[in-house]
Amino acid sequence: MSMVFAPQLAEAAPTSHAGASWSPYDNNGGTCVAIAGGDYCVIAADTRMSTGFSILTRDHSKIHQITEKCVLASSGFQADIRALQKNLDARHQIYQHQHSKQMSCPAMAQLLSNTLYYKRFFPYYAFNVLGGLDTEGKGCVYTYDAVGSYERSGYSSQGSGQTLIMPVLDNQLKSASPLVLPPRESSTPLTESEAVDLIKDTFASAAERDIYTGDGVEIVIINKNGIRRETMPLKRD
Amino acid sequence: MSITSYNGSALIAMVGKDCFAIASDRRLGVNFQTIACDFQRIFKIHDTLYIGLSGLATDVQTMHQRLQFRHKLYQLREERNMRPETFASLVSAILYEKRFGPYFCEPIIAGLNEDGTPFICTTDLIGAKQLSKDFVVSGTASESLYGACESMYKPDLGPDELFEVISQALLSSVDRDCISGWGGIVHVVTPGQVVTKTLKGRMD
Amino acid sequence: MSKTGVNEVLSKGGFSFDLCRRNAMLQQQGAKLPKYRKTGTTIVGLIFKDGVILGADTRATEGEIVCDKNCEKIHYLAPNISCCGAGTAADTENVTDMISSQLTLHRYATGRVSRVVTALTMLKSHLFGYQGQVSAALVLGGVDVTGPHLHAVYPHGSTDTLPFATMGSGSLAAMSVFESRYKEDLTRDEGMEIVSAAICAGIFNDLGSGSNVDLCIITKEGKEYLRNYQQPNPRSYTRSKGYDFKNGHTAVLSTNITQLRQHVQVLEGDAMEEE
Repeated sequence: MSMVFAPQLAEAAPTSHAGASWSPYDNNGGTCVAIAGGDYCVIAADTRMSTGFSILTRDHSKIHQITEKCVLASSGFQADIRALQKNLDARHQIYQHQHSKQMSCPAMAQLLSNTLYYKRFFPYYAFNVLGGLDTEGKGCVYTYDAVGSYERSGYSSQGSGQTLIMPVLDNQLKSASPLVLPPRESSTPLTESEAVDLIKDTFASAAERDIYTGDGVEIVIINKNGIRRETMPLKRD
Repeated sequence: MSITSYNGSALIAMVGKDCFAIASDRRLGVNFQTIACDFQRIFKIHDTLYIGLSGLATDVQTMHQRLQFRHKLYQLREERNMRPETFASLVSAILYEKRFGPYFCEPIIAGLNEDGTPFICTTDLIGAKQLSKDFVVSGTASESLYGACESMYKPDLGPDELFEVISQALLSSVDRDCISGWGGIVHVVTPGQVVTKTLKGRMD
Repeated sequence: MSKTGVNEVLSKGGFSFDLCRRNAMLQQQGAKLPKYRKTGTTIVGLIFKDGVILGADTRATEGEIVCDKNCEKIHYLAPNISCCGAGTAADTENVTDMISSQLTLHRYATGRVSRVVTALTMLKSHLFGYQGQVSAALVLGGVDVTGPHLHAVYPHGSTDTLPFATMGSGSLAAMSVFESRYKEDLTRDEGMEIVSAAICAGIFNDLGSGSNVDLCIITKEGKEYLRNYQQPNPRSYTRSKGYDFKNGHTAVLSTNITQLRQHVQVLEGDAMEEE
């Protein structure tokens, strides 16, 4: 069960300044979604960063590119997320010096899991989705909990709007359960433009109902031609 | 764990063109243990007025009995059925009376007005009324339902299309909530007839 | 206690504390009590040259989820008085309804136009009586024989009398607009512009407030309620393909069709009186 941070209402009673209730964590909200296709991967996140009932900035990217074929989208506590991104960048730099090549996406997925579990008892407050192309050029999406449990899947959603978006993705893409026979590809049947269209719609829906999702959505598309970024405005209320 | 998620529930109502649909899951559980797969949460008040009650099962049944009693008294006194809006105010009043010791259930009210136009409404557990023109949701799967309905709902659907949309929204939402699901039941009400269908859903 | 079971169930009004002991027992056993629906809210009001302008956003929240995108937070109290409510939705709704009905009876008894101070006193004595347990924060405005009035009412029953007031989680954002732009003897158009700017400040900068702007302008000539005066937040994108499900897409276990008896319509002669 993940930690829950109740938003403080401005009209609520003033909290004591004794320091007893201080927490090393904050929740900056935000939603991440990724969809893997046969030869592409789409990763998207909204650009709102908030705390409690106020917006800190409307234009903060939650998507971080680690390698040419692998990007990480994270929601949760942005300070922890920044630290995590720098950690992964440094580890990837070392890897490149030692192996004279970039890390593959599945390898990066394992590294991220290890990095998260390394802080098992003082975790990074980060909910990650890692997306990119695997060594065969197929789209891949990895989804994580805060302490490094992870799974490769065809699509995923993390963050404050996760519960709103996930059923729609399930409905449109159907989960590739390992229990279902015959076994299916973990990538989705949609074309790249259809996947982008679906992502835009799910974010527009999440922005209607989730107060921490809004302002804009940043969409990163990775395919054999390289990496491409798109943005779309969302509701700003 | 919140007391409203002791038994688990999922409820939706949607408005169509001169019709409405109301749907719920069929699970009754005690925390994570499933007790029954045919629990009733949607009750008929009269031919074209339905109420769905999410939350604690004991309060669901008590509320239903009290509402049915009040509606029967109304019928005896007035020799007519209650209008949906009147009924919504009654539900709200009954809940707000217990403001400081509430029933743990959130109702969804759906009905047809005398002119055949649909009416849907929900309240929180202390009777804050909320009328809606499109859809209302309630229960432990409410967040998932909001997401699903927000994407899938379209205005002015006919009864058959409305059935598909509400069923898909319900089924995909309860699959992401571990304490609701185990099949579903949908009532599609038009001025002439009521179509009740039980849905095949995942039983896990 | 009345003799019949019927009268026991049909209460005479007022709160019932029947379930308090049960709920306290459940709580003691570790059950958490659920959240009530709140209106995170920005509500404001100001006095201009000819009267009072009230404003409100239209978002109702339950935790971090928006449960109503277009609710009404400006409540009717009397033909010449309105009241914006913030706090627990059920409380603001019921408190204003209750006072509204008392004011109506008061008007029938006195045959005079209701005064704003009457509403104010009724509200504050009700709220003070419940010691803040009825959590309604209100901005009360109206015009009576003594001129325009604007009051802020806090959940514990204290009140302010002000030329401009804000309440709710967006009150600071809205107050920043008032503090920088309010002046005495504003015209109607200037007043409406400042009030909607203040509500918009709440809508865009406070996460508890959102969607549309409602306005209510009260002068001695009458009341003008401008529902959804501004709608600055339409849905940003709709999927071009849509979500079309073919008939028969959903697996059905059983179907039961009930034909409803059509109501008999009397076309000739007199229908029996109804209603």
